Amino acid sequence: MPISLIQPEYKVEIDYDKCHKCGRCVQQCGWGVYSFNERPIPDDSKCRACHRCVTYCPAHCITIRKNDLAYKENEHWNPGLRKAVWRQAESGGVMLTGMGNDKPYRNIFDHLVLDACQVTNPSIDPLREPMELRTYLGRKPDSVEVESDGNGGYRLAEGDDIARNIQLETPIIFSPMSYGSVSLNVHRSLAMAAQRLGTLMNTGEGGLHADLYPYADNVIVQVASGRFGVNPDYLNRGAAMEIKIGQGAKPGIGGHLPGEKINREVSETRMIPQGTDAISPAPHHDIYSIEDLRQLIYSLKEATGYKPVGVKIAAVHNVAAIASGIVRAGADYVYLDGFRGGTGAAPQIIRDHIGIPIEVAIAVVDQRLRDEGIRNQASIIAAGSIRSSADLAKAIALGADVCAIGSAALMALGCHLCQGCHTGSCSWGITTQKPELTRRIDPEWGAERLVNLVHAWSHELQEILGALGVNAVESLRGSRERLRAVGLDQQTCEILGVKPAGL
Amino acid sequence: MSYEPLLERMPTTKLPTFADREGVFGAERPRYAEEATFKIHGGCGLMGICDESGTHMSGEVAIRAMAVQRDRGNGLGGGYAGYGIYPEFPDHFCFHMMYHDIKAKEDAEAIFDRYFVVDLAEPMPTRAVKGISDAPLLWRYFLNPDPHKLEGTEMSPEDFIVHTVMLINSSVDGAFVASSGKNMGAFKGVGFPEEIGHYYLLEEYEGHTWVAHNRFPTNTPGWWGGAHPFTLLDWAIVHNGEISSYGINSRYLEAFGYKCTLGTDTEVAAYLFDLMLRRHKLPLELACKALASPLWSEIDRMPAEEQAVMRSLRAVYGPGMLNGPFAIVLGFNGGMVALNDRIKLRPLVAATQGTTVMVASEESAMREVLDAPDRVWMPNAGEPVIARVQGMDWPIHGDLHLSASEVSCAMTGVEESCETAVEVS
Repeated sequence: MPISLIQPEYKVEIDYDKCHKCGRCVQQCGWGVYSFNERPIPDDSKCRACHRCVTYCPAHCITIRKNDLAYKENEHWNPGLRKAVWRQAESGGVMLTGMGNDKPYRNIFDHLVLDACQVTNPSIDPLREPMELRTYLGRKPDSVEVESDGNGGYRLAEGDDIARNIQLETPIIFSPMSYGSVSLNVHRSLAMAAQRLGTLMNTGEGGLHADLYPYADNVIVQVASGRFGVNPDYLNRGAAMEIKIGQGAKPGIGGHLPGEKINREVSETRMIPQGTDAISPAPHHDIYSIEDLRQLIYSLKEATGYKPVGVKIAAVHNVAAIASGIVRAGADYVYLDGFRGGTGAAPQIIRDHIGIPIEVAIAVVDQRLRDEGIRNQASIIAAGSIRSSADLAKAIALGADVCAIGSAALMALGCHLCQGCHTGSCSWGITTQKPELTRRIDPEWGAERLVNLVHAWSHELQEILGALGVNAVESLRGSRERLRAVGLDQQTCEILGVKPAGL
Repeated sequence: MSYEPLLERMPTTKLPTFADREGVFGAERPRYAEEATFKIHGGCGLMGICDESGTHMSGEVAIRAMAVQRDRGNGLGGGYAGYGIYPEFPDHFCFHMMYHDIKAKEDAEAIFDRYFVVDLAEPMPTRAVKGISDAPLLWRYFLNPDPHKLEGTEMSPEDFIVHTVMLINSSVDGAFVASSGKNMGAFKGVGFPEEIGHYYLLEEYEGHTWVAHNRFPTNTPGWWGGAHPFTLLDWAIVHNGEISSYGINSRYLEAFGYKCTLGTDTEVAAYLFDLMLRRHKLPLELACKALASPLWSEIDRMPAEEQAVMRSLRAVYGPGMLNGPFAIVLGFNGGMVALNDRIKLRPLVAATQGTTVMVASEESAMREVLDAPDRVWMPNAGEPVIARVQGMDWPIHGDLHLSASEVSCAMTGVEESCETAVEVS
């Protein structure tokens, strides 16, 4: 019998006529595809199509092709399902994967279109006119109370609630990715970029490395079920704290960072022994219901002099009611993670089959909070997956205050979405702790690329606002009147609060 | 079938057709709220004039100011609001009503009869004017809430009035409240504003403050209720422009219990003024700053205390900020305020002459009405022009406050909450 029934997914083809025989592909590949015997010899079965070798080959002589084997046509048993059965018959295990749900569920963003001004109201030229993206993240009072300052002016009568909000210069933040799942250089890049952009990075559940303490004003520190790296000092090193309940890529389940990734620095940051597995329980074992969440929210606030506390949940069926409970429990923001959201590692079956689209989650949560008159009490952060400034604008129009980007941020650092994050062998040096790989990301280079990406999307958002004839992002936020649906069924339109095109 | 009201109407207007007015030949009565569930686009012209000394001027002044701005409209809507025009009934709420037919009138009057003491009900005086046709039944009522009914509601008279307006507009088919304030009234309809002014015999009214509007709707069949000004209690608002942020403005207001039945930007602006000035008790200057916010770059340069106020206003009232091109004039019992959008995408000119303050879309209106203006200027974007009649309390919104229970009711559905609130008695 052969060792495996599974054929390689990709074919690595090298044009040996062009090949310099320099061996750079051997050096670059984190998966061990290449061996070298006078010339590079690829082992197709190890290739993940991450294109690291392709990108760095000086002769441009490497091509990665899909191993397009013909399978007997069967719409029901597609090749992916057949391979999964063979793989599990071999291993007896849960199939792991990385990044987000890649199944062809209908993408709602791609069925929403934006409005533009014609004649009766003017569009605004963002190259000539101010176009404001500044956003305040956090709880806002119902009204502003002022009193006379005695000189014909006014001052706030009830303290400055907005001073407790976090000021963002663009409604884009970086989503939580833990140190441990990604490398320290990735964290450095994100922190530096967040600081330069006037926005936020998020530690994820792996604590904050001491090197990043100077970036405290641009960091959300996360408190997850494993409580890795959580101590009063850590909590006070953030602009805001975030209780992670769930993740869009794996709602309802915990996490597992293998011991191989727990080197000395990760161990120190996470406050766990070196080489041990870091296991995040599925639930927080001190949160079995909403009243427990309230206690944790206020414990964190007490510990930090009332810094903002957010709660991150996966978008699931009952997300509106859950979010309402979270806001009433005292959260300053609700972070909604849709089912396309990425992950460093998740069971494929969970990633691909649990949760609901972020578009729907934004719409129902925003509407529920408005119906209950508590929309101003918390901001909504939407994530999973925001792929472009168009998705960003549509998410904001549906009701999100801010969007968080994770997959797109990693792509800015080189990620090619090969879905091998869980292996710890990322050739791009992102989701790995191997020193020879992590050093591939120069934080200065990474920060610059992240800044470029966010600047580019922000400029595009400004272009969209200008076409819509508004010059501040708050005038698009929740303005579903500026969206129309193309090819969505009536009930989905109603749930989204969006009219079909033509109405 | 009752012909009596119809006969009462005969001397002043043309005889409407029975099919229209009686609904007996199968003609369906429109539900006015539903008639305009879509957003109305359009450009317009406007004016506002206020004599801060309180001296009254004839409505003809407003007609003349609008006549020279005729080209800013297309004959599909014109209207006026005058203040101080009913000195014989200064303490009565005056409902200016539009009815599609007699049944609508009966339904609305049933509400008045049940909950109010009506001291005078009469048809609006009108005259036949070329160009004005297909007018609804126009009536006015000088009334006050029945004290016994009011007692049971724990509402102030003003609250009671607001609930009645919402109730009629949202649930009495074919009836529309054109205005509901004290010592003021709105006169509006489909036609050019000078025609509408003559139709309502405005030259016979005298007021200290007038606001007026000329409408250029682009995608709606003109209907009388949709003309400006839009009013709530004493407030009347006229508006030129299209508020590009309508979608979020209306959703924001809905959360406070307002029901945007007309689908117009103007209604949204009126509700926002009500929310900020009356319910949140913001000073007028700050409410204007919230509606047409300064840029962040300007706020960042303000002194610390002012900066904190402005930052809070923008962060809290951001969903209510009116974005897009507009010029608005808000009239109230004691003056008026005119406001331009934050980057001046619509025209607004102001002038003063003695104690008179005037604003209009075009300078021609000032030159027509004012003999020798002391000053004529273009107000800066977002800088309000405010005129206040000396000696009048301001802002005049009386004892109006929606109760906490009403607000929470409204969260689950305005229409129901209005009905239950009125039915409490």
